[in-house]
Amino acid sequence: MSAGLRSGGVAHAPARGIRIAILGVIGLLFAVPIVAMVEFTLRKGLGGGHDFSRWITLFQSGFTGQYRPLLVAAGNSVALAIGTVLIVLLLLVPTMILIQLRFPRLRRPMEVICILPVSIPAIVLVVGLAPVYSMVARLFGSGVWTLTFAYGVTVLPYAYRAIQSNLDAVDARTLSEAARSLGAGWGTVLLRVLLPGLRRGILAGAFISVAVVLGEFTIASLLNRVNLQTALVVVSKSDPYTAVIVSLLALAFAFLLLLTIGRLGAARTRSPRPRSLSKGLS
Amino acid sequence: MTQAHSGAGPGAVVEFRGVVKEFAGHRALAGFDLTLRAGEFVALLGPSGSGKTTALRVLAGLESTDAGSILLNGADVSRLPASRRDMGMVFQAYSLFPHLSAGENVEFGLRMRKVSPEERRSRARAALALVELDAHHDRYAHQLSGGQQQRVALARALVTQPRVLLLDEPLSALDARVRVQLREEIRRIQTDLGITTLFVTHDQDEALAVADRVAVMRAGSIEQIGTPEDLYARPVSPFVADFVGLNNRVAGVVRHGFAQVHGTALPLVDPSQADGGVQVFVRPEDVEFAAAGVAGVVTSSSFLGSLRRTGVRLEDGTTLVTQHSVRLNPALGARVHLAFTGAPVTVETSPRLGE
Repeated sequence: MSAGLRSGGVAHAPARGIRIAILGVIGLLFAVPIVAMVEFTLRKGLGGGHDFSRWITLFQSGFTGQYRPLLVAAGNSVALAIGTVLIVLLLLVPTMILIQLRFPRLRRPMEVICILPVSIPAIVLVVGLAPVYSMVARLFGSGVWTLTFAYGVTVLPYAYRAIQSNLDAVDARTLSEAARSLGAGWGTVLLRVLLPGLRRGILAGAFISVAVVLGEFTIASLLNRVNLQTALVVVSKSDPYTAVIVSLLALAFAFLLLLTIGRLGAARTRSPRPRSLSKGLS
Repeated sequence: MTQAHSGAGPGAVVEFRGVVKEFAGHRALAGFDLTLRAGEFVALLGPSGSGKTTALRVLAGLESTDAGSILLNGADVSRLPASRRDMGMVFQAYSLFPHLSAGENVEFGLRMRKVSPEERRSRARAALALVELDAHHDRYAHQLSGGQQQRVALARALVTQPRVLLLDEPLSALDARVRVQLREEIRRIQTDLGITTLFVTHDQDEALAVADRVAVMRAGSIEQIGTPEDLYARPVSPFVADFVGLNNRVAGVVRHGFAQVHGTALPLVDPSQADGGVQVFVRPEDVEFAAAGVAGVVTSSSFLGSLRRTGVRLEDGTTLVTQHSVRLNPALGARVHLAFTGAPVTVETSPRLGE
């Protein structure tokens, strides 16, 4: 993730040996539980030994029968992820750009508000959300998708940081003024000038939101909605092996997602690298 | 580009009429009046906070006005959004769109005006040729130097053949050499195209070097406007005298329309000045070495290439700076005599003169 959010400032890279040591230790730390999970799914019952029978059974079943709830729950989670990303794109991004351009004084309050959810434990958040959701249920029904509203709040800190660091790196004000003086309306300024420059931050924010939503359990569970994580818990009670297999799959998916963010950060040869200039005009 | 422009007439006439702009109680423009003739190059010069950038931004439509009006060829444009004022603007901060190449940047304004792709490309090429960057058509902003970026920004501002060109301290981020080069180039292009231009700067050398007329701003309005020569030779106020060019400040007395300084009577720029004690502003080039005159000791001398500037401490403790030929090279500590050439001076009635 850090690779994706790095905003151009390149610190001195540590020596190669130190780098390998650090990566090795961290890699080992992360690898232990994952390897343990993989090992667990390969166990051959009481007889001992390992094989792929459980993986094969699961894939051959095509997620039907007893595994069907998992598929539905995964669908729910994906739908929630899409909804949350839409909230980030349609609500957060325009708000942040508006504040950057027109109401710079609101930047601090905005930052505080957006970072706040990370400091509130999900369990506390749910206590507050429960009465809100009794109203949401009355207005929009009790569909799973309504969780999007809560998730829109929980992903705020991550999405905000990703987008803001990009917004700080481009001189949005001058660029939008230049575009306007050249005859562009506000819509064009946003779509043709600002969004291309913010592409990296917005994508990173969106992917991180997806990763957060796919891993969310507490809120969904306590508000009695079904998503991938709550379904996994249910399944794990009767079939722990399958639950772990699906967890591994979800993990792999999230890993791919973060890898993509990293690539976006590193591979952009056209990356905007504005020389820092006095931003304030006399 | 020059070709494309030959059909267009000269630039527009711009008129500010009593424009007022306030920011949170602070008056950035206090009844600002200014008229730019068609094709004229006017520089707004002033210290930071004098309202010069605000005046330019108000004309561009990037700030609204609180009162007064702005006329373009006689038509009020003060309620028109920036996107429809048809003005080219170059900013202080580098403002090229980072995701577009130099050529695409220049084409942007034409794209907004729905010009056909072929015409767009050829006009963009011509505009880049005008700033001598046609070879850099495919480069991105981060592959260009600061000076090159500002040139592309200039080409981008000019390619749409705007009615007015606005320059908001476009040179202040560049190093000295490029700055001088580019300001000459801006002036050349501006003269060729005959486009009305408003140039904001806090650098007096820049303003005096390129503008047809310079307006010195103070606290939201114009203190003095005139040709660079005018402004330099006959500043109407101590503020202008102080801001434009180097000055000696010496104590003197006004009597019968002349300023008496160290025994010499100097003519006044403003002969209506009341009699009494004053501070007199004398340009270094209006002080020269002489066989007889005010006596003093050389305390400093600096070589400036084509001329030399020497500081002389007088017997009363004040220091006079004189500007002279490099052929003269007075030794530090040497006893010299100074005389005034008699050029008209500006004075300030100063409460400190009792000292």
